[in-house]
Amino acid sequence: MSEISSAPVAGETKKFNIDTVENAAATPDVELPWAELGLKQNEYDDVVKVLGRRPTGAELAMYSVMWSEHCSYKSSKNHLRQFGDKVTEEMKKDMMVGIGENAGVTNLGDGWAVTFKIESHNSPSFVEPYQGAATGIGGIVRDIISMGARPVAVMDPLRFGAIDHPDTARVMHGAVAGIGGYGNSLGLPNIGGEMVFDPIYQGNPLVNALAVGVMRHEDIRLANASGLGNKVVLFGARTGGDGIGGASVLASESFDSTKPSKRPAVQVGDPFAEKVLIECCLELFKGSLVEGIQDLGAAGISCATSELASNGDGGMEVELTSVLLRDPTLTPGEILMSESQERMMAVVSPANVAAFEAVMDKWAVEYSWLGEVTGTGRLIIKWEGEVIVDVDPRTVAHDGPVYDRPYARPTWQDALQADTFTGSVQDAGRPSTPEELKAAVLELIASPNMCSKDWITNQYDRYVGGNTAMAFPDDAGVVRVDEETGLGVALATDANGRYTYLDPYHGAQLALAEAYRNVATSGAIPMAVSDCLNFGSPEDPDVMWQLAEAIRGLSDACMELGIPVTGGNVSLYNQTGATPIHPSPVVAVLGKFDDVARRTPSGWAEDGQAIYLLGTTAAELDGSEWANLRGHLGGAAPKVDLKRERELGEILINASRDGMVDAAHDLSEGGLAAALVESSLRNNTGARVALDEVAARDGVDIFTLLFSETQGRAIVSVPRSEEVRFNDMCTARRFPVSRIGVVDAAGGALDVQGLFTAPLDELREAHEGTLPKHFG
Amino acid sequence: MTETPLIGSYQGAPADSRLAGARIGVVTFPGTLDDRDAIRAVRVSGATAVELWHGDTSLDGVDAVIIPGGFSYGDYLRAGAISRFAPLMTEIVKAANSDARLPVLGICNGFQILTEAHLLPGSMIKNDHLKFLCRDQVLRVENNTSAWTNAYQPGAEITVPLKNQDGQYIADEKTLDALEAEGRVAFRYVGANPNGSRRNIAGIANAAGNVVGLMPHPEHAVEAGYGPGHTGTDGRGFFTSVLNTLLGGK
Repeated sequence: MSEISSAPVAGETKKFNIDTVENAAATPDVELPWAELGLKQNEYDDVVKVLGRRPTGAELAMYSVMWSEHCSYKSSKNHLRQFGDKVTEEMKKDMMVGIGENAGVTNLGDGWAVTFKIESHNSPSFVEPYQGAATGIGGIVRDIISMGARPVAVMDPLRFGAIDHPDTARVMHGAVAGIGGYGNSLGLPNIGGEMVFDPIYQGNPLVNALAVGVMRHEDIRLANASGLGNKVVLFGARTGGDGIGGASVLASESFDSTKPSKRPAVQVGDPFAEKVLIECCLELFKGSLVEGIQDLGAAGISCATSELASNGDGGMEVELTSVLLRDPTLTPGEILMSESQERMMAVVSPANVAAFEAVMDKWAVEYSWLGEVTGTGRLIIKWEGEVIVDVDPRTVAHDGPVYDRPYARPTWQDALQADTFTGSVQDAGRPSTPEELKAAVLELIASPNMCSKDWITNQYDRYVGGNTAMAFPDDAGVVRVDEETGLGVALATDANGRYTYLDPYHGAQLALAEAYRNVATSGAIPMAVSDCLNFGSPEDPDVMWQLAEAIRGLSDACMELGIPVTGGNVSLYNQTGATPIHPSPVVAVLGKFDDVARRTPSGWAEDGQAIYLLGTTAAELDGSEWANLRGHLGGAAPKVDLKRERELGEILINASRDGMVDAAHDLSEGGLAAALVESSLRNNTGARVALDEVAARDGVDIFTLLFSETQGRAIVSVPRSEEVRFNDMCTARRFPVSRIGVVDAAGGALDVQGLFTAPLDELREAHEGTLPKHFG
Repeated sequence: MTETPLIGSYQGAPADSRLAGARIGVVTFPGTLDDRDAIRAVRVSGATAVELWHGDTSLDGVDAVIIPGGFSYGDYLRAGAISRFAPLMTEIVKAANSDARLPVLGICNGFQILTEAHLLPGSMIKNDHLKFLCRDQVLRVENNTSAWTNAYQPGAEITVPLKNQDGQYIADEKTLDALEAEGRVAFRYVGANPNGSRRNIAGIANAAGNVVGLMPHPEHAVEAGYGPGHTGTDGRGFFTSVLNTLLGGK
């Protein structure tokens, strides 16, 4: 930024050559470093047009971050509209706050509301895994606080490169320790997530973070600055030089090894400061001491001031020298762009100023009054009284560029879909004998994507808060909200990059279907969706087509399942050179329990209970974990049948509510083989199953029955006393169901009758050994 | 605006009004995490929980004190090193050492604070495997005569959650020998040592038996459905024990 303002001489402070609005008007021909800040020529021209003059250095800083891909959604906006358009009145019924605020809010009943959102922190987590992943948690948690909610849980879907690549260990150790180090220190249970290894993510790991919070209806807060004369305050950590340009130069460009390290663009987190900030904000809300509140995340003060001001009814005027700094040499532009963590901005009425300060003092949180809400409709930022920013805040926060990026179905898509696994070179010698089938099951459950994730989840606190009713590896994380009634929520996140690569439209729907199924399997009623769309560069028409198709597919499926998207995030430019990641729309579904005591865990519990398989199995091995293990990726993604998913969901929810099942596990990656092993290992309680009958019914061989990834299936265990009722329910709904075995506590094995017996110890060793072997 | 119910607050009425007369304080420092859980555990046991603030200079007449887990002051400098200078800690140390022998329980970060405050000997360093570890942990009750352990059978094995980064208990050999000789080892880890603690020590008591500290979390094992294995409630004995002590049982 040296072109804009020079750094101070040692021993002096704040001696900048300040580029004022007056100066900008008088010197129209000064060259500004807009390209260096990530703006394109046409975008810079737009800024000049909007202002009617060249921007000041500070204004340029604001526009460059707020008009970045990360903050403005300029490539995806035209497509994202479908999430708001494809919504019925019925779907809006429980939506209290929709897309556009910090996070959506859904009505839970009994005066309770829930807010949740998933976001990406991909690029910083590759550059600096610990801090990148840690501040990913910090940012999403502040979004939840900003809505007036108490955060109650977090989840982390992760996608890394090949398990045996040397750089994967660097990212894995750092990101997991960062998520644990930050989340554990906030007192938020980590209740689930995903862990996928695939070489396609080697240079672009995906670190997504979800947070959920709860509040009473009357406590919902929105980010707006209203009320002439109300005071604007910045509180929490001091502003430093970390994260400058994080949203623009880091998150909105592809990595390029020829450029200098982007490490200084990564923020550094302090979870203790955030924990204090959470409690401090909740105390402010309890006393109704703030009129509007906004967290500082991407684009820092630029974002907070412009969003608060543009969402309010007036304008805002602030003095930038009042910002408390960690580094006194920061220029005005740097202060506006800094993404230092653990900061919040609030609007406080003059009557509440003293009470506000008392809360800050109690929690020993630093704060500074920056200015006030005006009636001018302008956002004015001053430096020692001189105007350095004078803009219409809407032009910064909402009227950024929107691109209709060209997209087209890739020329290679047909060939990819024609390359099916069955009959491929990789399919040669498909297991068929009992010995081969047993070896295949062991290979599957020990594979990087299907192995036990305890090595990761044991580094996360799942107990804190005392309301965790279920956590990973069960199908969904379940948290109690109201202790008196047991009212609670369930959450699951899912994505399958391989399916989405084969078929972006249906792949995105499959992600939703799986998350929906996981929530229903736990017994909760699905209510709302948040999505994190991780894709490559939108400037590549192939990638843009994947994005457009995924959004179209996801929005259509939400409509069909009757659950609205309430918020989310788009992460683009996840590619190394010309190679993009698999399109990876991570979908989070939130469900509701009237009483979390009814939740259904995934492990067999009671000896002698009957095991049923719900749904039918077709030969769908394309894109499966088995094909992946054989090094094949091609063909068609599994068929999507949302009507079937809905029917299955209703059966699982009713069965849970009426006590007809004691355990349930959905069938997804790894198919029936993975589900049977996981349900057996969960409580170290085995089972005897017989598969011939159901294989004959479905017209598939045993291998296909075990490894196919046909959707809309689940296994459940049913108490003997409930079998008639359970069968009647399925029959009445004409849903295919088959009794495939019994829980066998004494046997200590998974016995597939007529084929093989796998002792639980042998399964456990295979399942749990993989991550420790690679990561220590 | 209506009063927001405390999320995670236990609403059930105490079963026995005699128990409700017992007032147990739970201290909150900046960065404390498990205070609401400890408050719930006190209420589940039937006693009355009293919220105490680290900056206060009065114990508000409570009959016992719990210093809950978390990362007070972010574990900066050293876990518990800053918190032990809190004004309320001065009062707690005084009361614990007085003739009245105020029962004090330190859980996890609370245990670390108690060692920093010299109410208990030894110290905690980083786990030997250098990672945060959260798992269900089996403990053996070695001492069932303290204010916080008298409801357990000697040698009983209980399962409670363990979750920490700095849980490796260390002390010099002389101190460890003295703890063993005086029967002040309250709990030992059963099975694989989760963090490298000397002599598998999970928790200890002071000589008078009114002060107990341990790394695992009994307050996370008091409600069926929210503890180990979805059913575990083995942690309740801590709270029953202190009620026994306060109501004159032991």
